[in-house]
Amino acid sequence: MSVSTLATWAVVIGGLLLLCKPMGMYLYRVFTFQPTLLDRPLRPVENLIFRFLHVSRDTTMNAVEYGLAFVMTNMVWGIMAYVLLRFQGLLPFNPEHFHDLSAGLSFNTAASFVTNTNWQAYSGENTMSYFSQFGVLQFLQFVTPASGAAVGLAFIRGLSGRKLGNFFVDLTLVLTRVLLPLAVIFGLIFIALGVPDTLAPYLHLHTLAGQTQVVPRGPIAGWEAIEHLGQNGGGFTNANSASPLENPSALTNILQSIAMGLVPVSFFYLFGLFTGKKRLAWTLIAVAGTLYLTMLAMIYFPEVAGNPIVNAVGLHGHANMVGKEIRLGMGGTSIFETSTMAFTTGSVAAAQDSFLPIPGLAFFLGMFLNMVFGGKGVGLLNMLMFVILTIFLMGLMVGRTPEFLGKKIEAKEVSLTALAFLLHPLLILVGSALAVATPAGMAGVFNPGPHGLSEILYGFTSGAANNGSAMGGLAASLPFYEVSIGTVVIIARYASIMAMLLVGESLLYKKAVPQTSGTMRTDTPLFWGILLGSIVILNALTFFPVMALGPIAEHYLLLAHHLFA
Amino acid sequence: MAASAMESKPPKEPSQTGQMLRETIFKLNPWTMLHNPVMFVVELGTLVTFWFTLSTPRGASRQYDGLVTIILFMTLVFATFAEAYAESRGRAQAASLRRTRAGARVRLLQPDGSWNWVEGETLRRGMRIRIEAGDTVVGDGVVIEGVGSMDESAITGESASVIKAPGDSVTGGTVMLSDQLTVEITTDPGETFLDRMIALVEGASRQKTPNEIALSALLGVLTLIFLLVVVTLGPIARYYGAHAVDTTTLVALLVCLIPTTIGALLSAIGIAGMNRVAKINVVAKSGRAVEASGDIDTLILDKTGTITIGNRMATEFLPVPGVSVERLAAASWMASLADTTPEGRSVVELAESIVKSADLHEPEGESVPFSAHTRMSGIDLNDGEKIRKGAVSAIANLVTDAPPELHAAADRVAHDGGTPLAVAIDNEALGVIRLKDIVKTGLKERFAEFRAMGIRTVMATGDNRITAEVIAQEAGVDEVLAEVDPEGKLALIQKEQSEGKLVAMTGDGTNDAPALAQADVGLAMNLGTMAAKEAGNMVDLDSNPTKLLDVVEVGKQLLITRGALTTFSIANDIAKYFAIVPAMFAAVPILHGLSALNIMGLKTPHGAILSALIFNALIIPALIPFAVKGVRYRPQSADRLLLRNIFNWGILGVIIPFIGIWGIDHVLGIFGLA
Repeated sequence: MSVSTLATWAVVIGGLLLLCKPMGMYLYRVFTFQPTLLDRPLRPVENLIFRFLHVSRDTTMNAVEYGLAFVMTNMVWGIMAYVLLRFQGLLPFNPEHFHDLSAGLSFNTAASFVTNTNWQAYSGENTMSYFSQFGVLQFLQFVTPASGAAVGLAFIRGLSGRKLGNFFVDLTLVLTRVLLPLAVIFGLIFIALGVPDTLAPYLHLHTLAGQTQVVPRGPIAGWEAIEHLGQNGGGFTNANSASPLENPSALTNILQSIAMGLVPVSFFYLFGLFTGKKRLAWTLIAVAGTLYLTMLAMIYFPEVAGNPIVNAVGLHGHANMVGKEIRLGMGGTSIFETSTMAFTTGSVAAAQDSFLPIPGLAFFLGMFLNMVFGGKGVGLLNMLMFVILTIFLMGLMVGRTPEFLGKKIEAKEVSLTALAFLLHPLLILVGSALAVATPAGMAGVFNPGPHGLSEILYGFTSGAANNGSAMGGLAASLPFYEVSIGTVVIIARYASIMAMLLVGESLLYKKAVPQTSGTMRTDTPLFWGILLGSIVILNALTFFPVMALGPIAEHYLLLAHHLFA
Repeated sequence: MAASAMESKPPKEPSQTGQMLRETIFKLNPWTMLHNPVMFVVELGTLVTFWFTLSTPRGASRQYDGLVTIILFMTLVFATFAEAYAESRGRAQAASLRRTRAGARVRLLQPDGSWNWVEGETLRRGMRIRIEAGDTVVGDGVVIEGVGSMDESAITGESASVIKAPGDSVTGGTVMLSDQLTVEITTDPGETFLDRMIALVEGASRQKTPNEIALSALLGVLTLIFLLVVVTLGPIARYYGAHAVDTTTLVALLVCLIPTTIGALLSAIGIAGMNRVAKINVVAKSGRAVEASGDIDTLILDKTGTITIGNRMATEFLPVPGVSVERLAAASWMASLADTTPEGRSVVELAESIVKSADLHEPEGESVPFSAHTRMSGIDLNDGEKIRKGAVSAIANLVTDAPPELHAAADRVAHDGGTPLAVAIDNEALGVIRLKDIVKTGLKERFAEFRAMGIRTVMATGDNRITAEVIAQEAGVDEVLAEVDPEGKLALIQKEQSEGKLVAMTGDGTNDAPALAQADVGLAMNLGTMAAKEAGNMVDLDSNPTKLLDVVEVGKQLLITRGALTTFSIANDIAKYFAIVPAMFAAVPILHGLSALNIMGLKTPHGAILSALIFNALIIPALIPFAVKGVRYRPQSADRLLLRNIFNWGILGVIIPFIGIWGIDHVLGIFGLA
């Protein structure tokens, strides 16, 4: 392992660990409405917005109201986005004169961006006008992660025995106090590091060979900032962060990796601050961190060892550099890929399709779990879903009705949590089964053998996890996939969030039982092991068979030096 | 008559086996099965594979379908057997109880005082019956008139006879030994304690407890998830061709994955839990109460009879200066003559040993019974003198000015671990009687264990602070509340509950009833009043308040058993995947590489699937003993318990099936099936 790889990893991981505490404390102050430095310039603006919305900081909603506010706002944004994309040709800032989008693609793109998935069934530089990029898609890249974070906040408040809060207040504050300031900082840094940011038309360059090359550009730096800060992951261009226009250097690569994790990891710490259980927060960070490191190892080491078939013909000692960017190297690529799958961003710094099966398995792992920090707020929600399931399964073994944060977990919470857990495999497995069983679905598969199946599974998993990355190789722009994956992202996003909000509210109104030595502790190394074990087992039980048919089968074929003609 | 033996007579009943086996078959009825979604899915799966067995042409594939069907059917039978077995154990216990009143007839009192024989079943609440020596009591009631001795061994297992006097309650199934009583019936048929106990141990009136409902819900969703995994696996596997996987194997996979182990044993665990409560001679009115006792945070215990051996004995008279020992003794004697409690009698005996009998004259007057409010008893003599005996604070309030020596003597007694009783005539405090208390053996250790489990013990007593604290220290309770009246106890419970704690207490008096009803677990004494028994959610037939500790342990063990078997059930699935997944796609050439996952080295694909399925079936009867007796349990802190159980049921739950499936595969190999 080279020094640069180690240094890259150390900076990203160390940076996230160092930043999560101060960032968490800042978030805590903001969302408990305590004074912060930014009050002076921002409070008047916020007050204006609140007056316009007829809300105030001290109002609160119940779970159903909060959930409805979340869903309805998202729906309005989704319809708006759909209409604006359908009529792109009539709108300004379109120097390349791109046409209106088709109905299917508009639906898929609107659904995907409004759910913070950012699955792209198009390539940006050939499809979207500048207005569609910054006016529609980038707008959604700000507001949809903000609304996800708001729901996470409401859940945390419920668990810590506070009123859920007001959706519109939370949404506004996530934007004004977190995403906008951070995006300004990161955007300016990216400009300084060479990422273009302009409204000028694409460059037409004359190459030495005497030909003309079109270099796409546009307002990219600002896009990159929020793409990663919001775990959005939709690229400005088709190549996403593998393109030097979006991710020019090792340094921007590190910064984008940190930007993805900054708020999600801080949310775990924020949870500790709200509930007064910082040790529990660190235990959860340790669980997610362990899974993160596992994914990193699963991605890095097989790739460095290289393709067994290539090795067999005598080319030993060559990493599997197919589809990777040499300027980022294997170290930089692997940490970016781990982050994008762990934080469910979905931007890519390499071609997912070219990774070996075991790294592919790691991509699946990140999306199946959806809580290796995950998206901000939402990832924490998923982690707590597993915490509740684990406590219920194992907690009985201490001879008490299982309780979390002093609240007894009973039929209602268990059922809702288990249903939220059920939803993920439901969408992935039913979607994939539908694709395999119908000619329309199979029409999109070009790769033979297990890899083709993996691509289908990947598409639906990415949609269900609101990740948005694509493995490639699958004809995602077929109407079948546009509609099915577009539907999956919507159900995945809203149904599980609603279920967990109801769990949060139901726990809020329960009387807390004081902790005694008879209570199962959730902030110990033992619980770290138990939680990790049950997360792995529950997911393995659910997804092992399809993984055996996909990446695992492909892995053994590779070991057997099987080639497809 | 407080403490008594805990062991009950082991009720043996022949021909239970026949009924048990019949029940096993009856329970296979899909309609009955519907309440257990996990096993219902197995039943549907059995029908599917059975249909395949019939429709497949002869050959190896038909043999395989047939074997899978048989194993699935056995899985179902094992599950229904577990439930039937647990119920039959309860039934055996209930049968001997029921026999005690079969065909019993009672003497029904008419308004004119005469009586006639009627069938026991016709008794209704409010009727009065007459019980004479040799009669068996039918129905629960309260003694209205008469004093007599009673054999309660039929329900308590305690052979010593019990004296019943007006106000005492009598329980159905007990036998009158001497004298005669008039009893007012307080329950309608089918509602007596005996009926409730029979219904509970038989499992007939068992309702699912909150925890069981939550667990069932989770098991239901898990079953749904695995159903989803298996049902979608069919079409997804078609990616590799139309015949990539056969339906029988998918059904086998489904049954192996869904939590059949816990699904099959869940109701047996619940029934057995009720049984264990009945075994320690406690009648629980609901399963909910038993389960709640596992969650108890605070135990509120009386001092006398609970922490200490019930009978405090008077050992010394301590007069204040200016009063002779004889005068104090004589006054105490007169105040205690009407007091039939062991304490009262011990005062009488002590006084008679000090004062010559010639100097003791039967007093003429009206006795004043003890009340929890005044905390005094005594006698109003016909000559106007009022003699009172009671709590020192109560007497001190009564007399115009109590000499400091009274308090000094009381404190001295209390310091030595005794209880002082003050005695006064009219306005003059005479002195103090020393009552000695003895802490029951082994209690201190048990309280320490409870502390480790996170359960706080609070001693609440009407005695004075110093007495209480001495005993509290000797017994090692966490908190002590002295000089509390029943209202104080109720307030204490409410305070604890407002902090979110679950509270358990014992009680026997009518004035305990509100507190018993308020407590999450209220254990009433069988010797107590009917009001107390109605208010509590459990009744201890031995009237041993210390039994509360056993009840808590049974509750905890019940929850642990459920958790352990759930964990085991899910942990088992890992090995089954390693057996089935490589085997089920064996027909697809491009997936041959998956045989690398066959780490158990199972010989043939069909053998591997059958082995996993057989293991899945056999583990159910293998775990019946744990379900019925409860998993081994020692009181210790949650963290230690968890660590031990995670190892025993989680980690071993992953490892054991690997060994089991490998072993079964080898046995199948001998018969040429693998």
